[in-house]
Amino acid sequence: MALKMVKGSIDRMFDKNLQDLVRGIRNHKEDEAKYISQCIDEIKQELKQDNIAVKANAVCKLTYLQMLGYDISWAAFNIIEVMSASKFTFKRIGYLAASQCFHEGTDVIMLTTNQIRKDLSSPNQYDTGVALTGLSCFVTPDLARDLANDIMTLMSHTKPYIRKKAVLIMYKVFLKYPESLRPAFPRLKEKLEDPDPGVQSAAVNVICELARRNPKNYLSLAPLFFKLMTSSTNNWVLIKIIKLFGALTPLEPRLGKKLIEPLTNLIHSTSAMSLLYECVNTVILCVQKLRILIEDSDQNLKYLGLLAMSKILKTHPKSVQSHKDLILQCLDDKDESIRLRALDLLYGMVSKKNLMEIVKKLMIHVDKAEGTTYRDELLTKIIDICSQSNYQYITNFEWYISILVELTRLEGTRHGHLIAAQMLDVAIRVKAIRKFAVSQMAMLLDNAHLIASNTQRNGICEVLYAAAWICGEFSEHLEEANQTLEAMLRPKVTTLPGHIQAVYVQNMVKLYASILQQKEQAGEKEAAQEITQLMIEKLPQFVQSADLEVQERASCILQLIKYIQKLQVKEVPVAEEVIALFAGELNPVAPKAQKKVPVPEGLDLDAWINEPPSDSESEDEKPKTIFHDEEQRHSRHRQPEIDEEELARRREARKQEQANNPFYIKSSPSPQKRYQDTPGVEHIPVVQIDLSVPLKVPGMPMSDQYVKLEEERRHKQKLEKDKKKKKQKKEKRGKHHRHNSLHTESEEDIAPAHHVDIITEEMPENALPSDEDDKDPNDPYKALDIDLDKPLADSEKLPVQRHRNVETLKSPDSEALLVEKKSKKPKKKEKKHKEKEREKGKKKEKEKKVVEEEEEKKVICQDLHCLKSKSSKHKKKKHKKEKEEKSKDKKKSKKKSHHSEEETTESVQNGTLDDEPLPPMSSYRLLAENPYIKMTYDIQGNLQNDSQVTVSVIFENKSTSFLKSMELNVLDSLNTKMLRPEGSSVHDGIPVPFQLPPGISNEAQFVFTLQSIVMAQKLKGTLSFIVKNDEGSTHEKLDFKLHFSCASYLITTPCYSDAFAKLLESGDLHMNSIKVDGISISFQHLLAKICFHHHFSVVERVDSCASMYSRSIQGHHVCLLVKKGENSVSVDGKCSDSTLLSNLLDEMKETLSKC
Amino acid sequence: MRFMLLFSRQGKLRLQKWYLATADRDKKKMVRELMQVVLARKPKMCSFLEWRDLKVVYKRYASLYFCCAIEGQDNELITLELIHRYVELLDKYFGSVCELDIIFNFEKAYFILDEFVMGGEIQDTSKKSVLKAIEQADLLQEVRHPQTHLWSPQNTPMETP
Repeated sequence: MALKMVKGSIDRMFDKNLQDLVRGIRNHKEDEAKYISQCIDEIKQELKQDNIAVKANAVCKLTYLQMLGYDISWAAFNIIEVMSASKFTFKRIGYLAASQCFHEGTDVIMLTTNQIRKDLSSPNQYDTGVALTGLSCFVTPDLARDLANDIMTLMSHTKPYIRKKAVLIMYKVFLKYPESLRPAFPRLKEKLEDPDPGVQSAAVNVICELARRNPKNYLSLAPLFFKLMTSSTNNWVLIKIIKLFGALTPLEPRLGKKLIEPLTNLIHSTSAMSLLYECVNTVILCVQKLRILIEDSDQNLKYLGLLAMSKILKTHPKSVQSHKDLILQCLDDKDESIRLRALDLLYGMVSKKNLMEIVKKLMIHVDKAEGTTYRDELLTKIIDICSQSNYQYITNFEWYISILVELTRLEGTRHGHLIAAQMLDVAIRVKAIRKFAVSQMAMLLDNAHLIASNTQRNGICEVLYAAAWICGEFSEHLEEANQTLEAMLRPKVTTLPGHIQAVYVQNMVKLYASILQQKEQAGEKEAAQEITQLMIEKLPQFVQSADLEVQERASCILQLIKYIQKLQVKEVPVAEEVIALFAGELNPVAPKAQKKVPVPEGLDLDAWINEPPSDSESEDEKPKTIFHDEEQRHSRHRQPEIDEEELARRREARKQEQANNPFYIKSSPSPQKRYQDTPGVEHIPVVQIDLSVPLKVPGMPMSDQYVKLEEERRHKQKLEKDKKKKKQKKEKRGKHHRHNSLHTESEEDIAPAHHVDIITEEMPENALPSDEDDKDPNDPYKALDIDLDKPLADSEKLPVQRHRNVETLKSPDSEALLVEKKSKKPKKKEKKHKEKEREKGKKKEKEKKVVEEEEEKKVICQDLHCLKSKSSKHKKKKHKKEKEEKSKDKKKSKKKSHHSEEETTESVQNGTLDDEPLPPMSSYRLLAENPYIKMTYDIQGNLQNDSQVTVSVIFENKSTSFLKSMELNVLDSLNTKMLRPEGSSVHDGIPVPFQLPPGISNEAQFVFTLQSIVMAQKLKGTLSFIVKNDEGSTHEKLDFKLHFSCASYLITTPCYSDAFAKLLESGDLHMNSIKVDGISISFQHLLAKICFHHHFSVVERVDSCASMYSRSIQGHHVCLLVKKGENSVSVDGKCSDSTLLSNLLDEMKETLSKC
Repeated sequence: MRFMLLFSRQGKLRLQKWYLATADRDKKKMVRELMQVVLARKPKMCSFLEWRDLKVVYKRYASLYFCCAIEGQDNELITLELIHRYVELLDKYFGSVCELDIIFNFEKAYFILDEFVMGGEIQDTSKKSVLKAIEQADLLQEVRHPQTHLWSPQNTPMETP
């Protein structure tokens, strides 16, 4: 063997190491591939050698080659070999290689399970660390399942170095094996308060990552994180926490309020941009918190909240949209300024779905509003809201027209021109609505006296301007043209402002022309002459107008009509000619349309088309803004008195021009195909609707009726939709494409009043966190959406390797602990659960209890507990019957002894262990018992404090009465004293922190300090308690003797055989031995008993001989050699203290003799 | 963090760390793609880019690009700080670190990274404790197996801003 080693290291001298390889590759730039394949051959040879150093070197080189892109999966097994090297140097390389090239598909990965487990429990923290690091890269679901429990145990390791790694890797484990989350979570939560900042930040990282994905399960942690956020100065940690709060706030609005202050502080104080960014980011997410402001009764806060929200609205409209309800509420506020702010916000939160509803609400406000300022504001807002983004949200234009008409009933508004502009705009741009609009406008004209009652300060008469124009321009849609014409010719009209009268005059000619044509076609010559006569009679009132414009137009038209009358008398058909005056379709053009049309080839826009001084009559190709511009509009119908010839010539010229005009596609298809993404005239952004509602609504149309109709329509469509779905998808886009639509994605691009599906499609993306539907089923984080507050069930216990049955028996029961308040709840629930169980099987109870106790021991390894001075108050701890409770580990064990049960397991296994089932054992011994109560206890050493032990006492109420006010007192000895809260005297008892209902048991811990541990101790004590039942309450006492055995000062500590050998060789140990006859149980059971009751671990076992080791809390080494003869067992012990040893052996003798 | 890459200006991979086990073929593809994207960017451009469904944060130190892929919700600036912290750690450990240090002692670079970041999350934010852990692990290594050869590069030190 030695020779081989030497040979190996000589060989090594000729091997290439990594540096040589790297250098070699750099020197073979030309034939790199060849050189590397040569190297790989060498490496293959090296891997065949037995020398682990050579292998490790080879693997190291392979790792480098892997980075260069060479496949090294063939060496997976060799990597595992190197991983299992005992030397850290090699192990490190092995794990590095594994972390670089192992993945879920690597088949040998399962072989690593045991090796990793062994390394995790290595006494060398760096072995453990390297294993954890490696595992974090290639953990598979199987590995996660098998190792979850080991890693969880490591979270309570004594070394912060291991703790933080274990905490971090738990995240990976959770992802691969979500079942582990619930059992591990309490311990993880504990780590948030770990004394080591590294561990703490690791825990914050993990929990924040978890919580970000499924925030609702982590709401209960908010206070804890809040504390951390205000106390931590670590930016890395802060960022995570703030991110977490960003996820939590939408779920718990109250949080937002609390967050404002610390966040603002951070924003102001931090110098780290990353943190600042995170804060600001979160603040945006925290719109919720504004809600709190708005909900506040303080008006100032409310106002500021709304103001801030309107700022956010500009950037994050969606986040504000979810607060629609609240903002609508604010509309009802008494305070006008608040209402105005709310109005501002409404603008941003309308959708197709809610527009009608919101406007309806606003209309009610308009009616109620008192001051004109506010009413005017409302009016402009309604129009703003409806008309925004090219009427994006309007699904039914009939409704909108009705709204506008209703608005005309407002008295004293200054915004008549706004309404008028809207009417014109809609009527012109929405072709389908024209018929309806015209009928409405005719009605307005008919009722003009209502509107125009007080013209001087009444701005609303402006709408008559629009009404007159619409009726005139689209007179073909008028049903009762005569009536409308008469309405326009009423004397009252002359009281209207001049510019409105001018429009009246102009448009009555249009009306007249269309009536004339109608009558002529119907052959009613009489009627035609009558209408001419009417005009001639009525027009002079306009001719006398003081307004120049009105006067001029009126006299022109009067002349024209007189001329027509002459022709009519001669029975010449004139209608055709008259109507030609107003021929030509009006096409609305988007303001930017011109820019978007490419200049056709060969067209020089600067060149004169005609002779330079040409009269300007191409006005009607101006952009659509023309309709807001009076002057331009008038010019269109300028010269009505030109003769026929001239007219024909002009018409021809105009047609010619239109042919060249890209906008006049209807009369002559434009060559600009590029722009024709939609058929026909639709290349110009015209808002179209399909009207499935009857155009005629009986009576004066009320917008409310439309709301109702619209709802019905939507409902109907919804039903139809399912059938049509596929078909519609195809039609949808092209037909109703709106040019200028800068829609947000949530507002699907469907045509108004047609494909609307209010419920399913209209949901804005961020409406509410009903995120269940939109979660990706493949999302790895979805599996982690686990309710963490539910108590653990039996089935959730983390899987534990079977062979652990043996080894866990060795581990002494662990108890102790302070139950954190936070974990109380689930426990209580479990308690109830337990209660039921108990009732079911009272007979079996004792037996069962023992078994359960045993089982719980399996999962846990020994935890050592330190009771910090601050925790001098003993908190209650329930007697944990359910095993997972243990694994879950609610303990507040700050530190855990660094020992490895796994290691000992391995050694036991090596010693060929037969897998017999072991009898159940319990470390709890009876303390005292009376008809009311039974006390059992167990004593645990504390590694952190060499003079403290923790006594866990289980109190079991055997009676049918209620036990309360329990107080435990012990008579201190010189050596052993009970730790009492500061300020209490040695005679004071310690209250048991719980009460016991009938049949319930619970556990409490008491800490004792002691000086010497070499001798067993007995302390007398008393438990006093009050028994309360129907007959009243009695005060009872129960005396007991607390026996501190020497074994209870021992702590199971693993030991390697080499260290063990060294220890024995050192010679400074005292020796003693015992022999016990009449042993019948198997050696395995015997060892298990020693391990369990006396807190030893097996170092090595050969046949019927085993060496064992343990350590006292004060650092005494105890070594045992246990040999089994036919019927007897001999135990040779060595210990640094002879008294301790002899006492220990005496205790052991007692145990063994019972076997 | 999903993965971290170190590569040279010439497009040579110097170090790769994957925090999500990925098949070799995919790794290669992603590395190649990402290198192309990053190398094509001009010095004055910002350090962040959206790539596939990830955000990529990179920074150039001398001839080396440090490149991290993070998820949508992660903070870019903190990732940049993480990169910088890693460079600082390398610098402290190697003493004026240069690309050659990382080439020849690439396993050390991995060890340092492993002490600093684990499973894609920052493990310890304190430089001191990371270096301490590395030193002690090295000590352990040297006690058991004295190192025969330590490469000392004669190269210009990498700038650390």
